Amino acid sequence: MKEYFEWLIENLILICGVISIVFVILIFIFLLKEGSGIFSHTSLTGFIFGKDWYPISDPPKFGILPLILGSFIVTLGAIIIAVPLGIASAVFLSEVVPRGIGDILKAIIELLAAIPSIVLGFIGIVILSPIIKNIFNLPTGLTALAGSVMLAFMALPTIVSIIEDAINSVPKSYREASYAMGATKWQTIRRVILPAASSGILAAIMLGIGRVIGETMAVLMITGNAAIIPTSFLQPVRTMTATIAAEMGEVIRGDAHYQALFGIGIVLFIITFLINLVSDLFLHKKRGKA
Amino acid sequence: MSEKIEIKKLNLFYGDFHALIDVNLGIPEKRVTSIIGPSGCGKSTLLRCLNRMNDLVEGVRVTGSIKIDNIEVCSPNTDLISLRQKVGMVFQRPNPFPLSIFENVVYGLRISGTNKRSVLEEVAEKSLSEVLLFDDLKDKLSDPALGLTLEQQQKLCIARVIAMRPEVILLDEPCSTLDPIATLKIEDLMQILKKDYSLVIVTHNMQQAARASDTTCYMLLGEMIECGETKDIFTAPKDKRTEDYISGRFG
Ligand SMILES: Nc1ncnc2c1ncn2[C@@H]1O[C@H](COP(=O)(O)OP(=O)(O)OP(=O)(O)O)[C@@H](O)[C@H]1O
Ligand SMILES: [Mg+2]
Repeated sequence: MKEYFEWLIENLILICGVISIVFVILIFIFLLKEGSGIFSHTSLTGFIFGKDWYPISDPPKFGILPLILGSFIVTLGAIIIAVPLGIASAVFLSEVVPRGIGDILKAIIELLAAIPSIVLGFIGIVILSPIIKNIFNLPTGLTALAGSVMLAFMALPTIVSIIEDAINSVPKSYREASYAMGATKWQTIRRVILPAASSGILAAIMLGIGRVIGETMAVLMITGNAAIIPTSFLQPVRTMTATIAAEMGEVIRGDAHYQALFGIGIVLFIITFLINLVSDLFLHKKRGKA
Repeated sequence: MSEKIEIKKLNLFYGDFHALIDVNLGIPEKRVTSIIGPSGCGKSTLLRCLNRMNDLVEGVRVTGSIKIDNIEVCSPNTDLISLRQKVGMVFQRPNPFPLSIFENVVYGLRISGTNKRSVLEEVAEKSLSEVLLFDDLKDKLSDPALGLTLEQQQKLCIARVIAMRPEVILLDEPCSTLDPIATLKIEDLMQILKKDYSLVIVTHNMQQAARASDTTCYMLLGEMIECGETKDIFTAPKDKRTEDYISGRFG
């Protein structure tokens, strides 16, 4: 009876694992099936490196470079903001405040992740974009920068949480050795703890990027949505995700525009897949060492 | 023989637990002093008083006096940074930082603000030579320290301490994770190092104390029972409890 139960549980877990892998594969096949038609209209290089996204002009142009760069610049800005903040918060939580308080604060930061992105979008429109507009004296505050700031906030909980774990798993013996050499707390953090936690920090950054690049609602609301190749953080941009979300409702199923949106989906899928793969490698490296 | 460290009426409490009881002890200069005793008797605790590492433990209270070169260590005004540069420590498990071999050796210099490449290289070579590692490692100084054997790692930890030009080196069971041959090599190294440094070693291994130390101190349940020339302690102990312990009749 007990053996039968074990067998059942083992196989249930196996089936769940297999199902989730099968789903990922099916999703990718579906994307390919719906999207690959675009390449009979526009070449692969013309699609990825084309500078113009005019899906409803005649003839339509399906160059997604502005969208890729739009996603890139918003993500880059978000990471530039979120990584230093994330490292600083994680160090603060794990090394500065007493254990108990740190745990409570960490739980609160993790709660940030539960705020729906559309709510952050509202905050971005109502509060953040006027601030940006006034500070930089711009015609509109709906810019890449606004998107980056909002996305940085969305990515922070993940980043802080993973970095904090990485710092906590640095063996106590490193700290002891450093203090015994006459190092101060900050020297120990900077020269020993952060380098020792570096693979965890890199993994946090990669996962943060993965989270940010796939985000749709907030960027759709606050980046201004102009499909032009971005040259600065202070201009409206349009990301890949926002394009799909904004245009999917207007296309005719099966036509070139529809296929192009799926093509964008394929590109996004591959990018996030690679990012997750790389961050996994970092996390594994870390476990291997510990 | 002049005394480098003088401990008087030292008491230490972990919360309510009285871990060191009225410890009096003189540690001679440029000799090897070993502290032996059964597990939990307070050897590590005593050692960690000498560089104030117990400050890192919450709820520790210390009374009494420790003087190194006649300067009080236990006072709240003691500059911990210069104390710990003067009194280096080697731990039970080799604990090199997850940095390169070179960066491990020069860590002490870096944190005291020395970044001049030529100085760092000179000190690294000198310190690694002192622990007899330089010839083996000179071509791979930028390799990760964690890739070394345990014996090499422990020697590297000693080199890292030596690089700070300390006067006292504390070793807390430095050979307990090493094999017998590596253990003997570390003991040989200690004989070389005692020409320049005062060494204090905690060990579980009585043969090690007998082989490697000049002075031996026996502790039991937080008290210093007996302290004297190593050969006297092992051949003619004055205290019955010491005799029981070294003849294996303990417990
Ligand atoms: N941080 C601490 N908090 C409370 N009690 C402690 C702490 N550290 C050590 N002790 C207690 O103090 C006593 C002495 O510990 P210590 O580590 O100095 O012993 P030791 O002689 O080094 O033992 P071992 O040979 O096992 O290393 C032990 O009873 C131990 O349980
Ligand atoms: Mg001990």
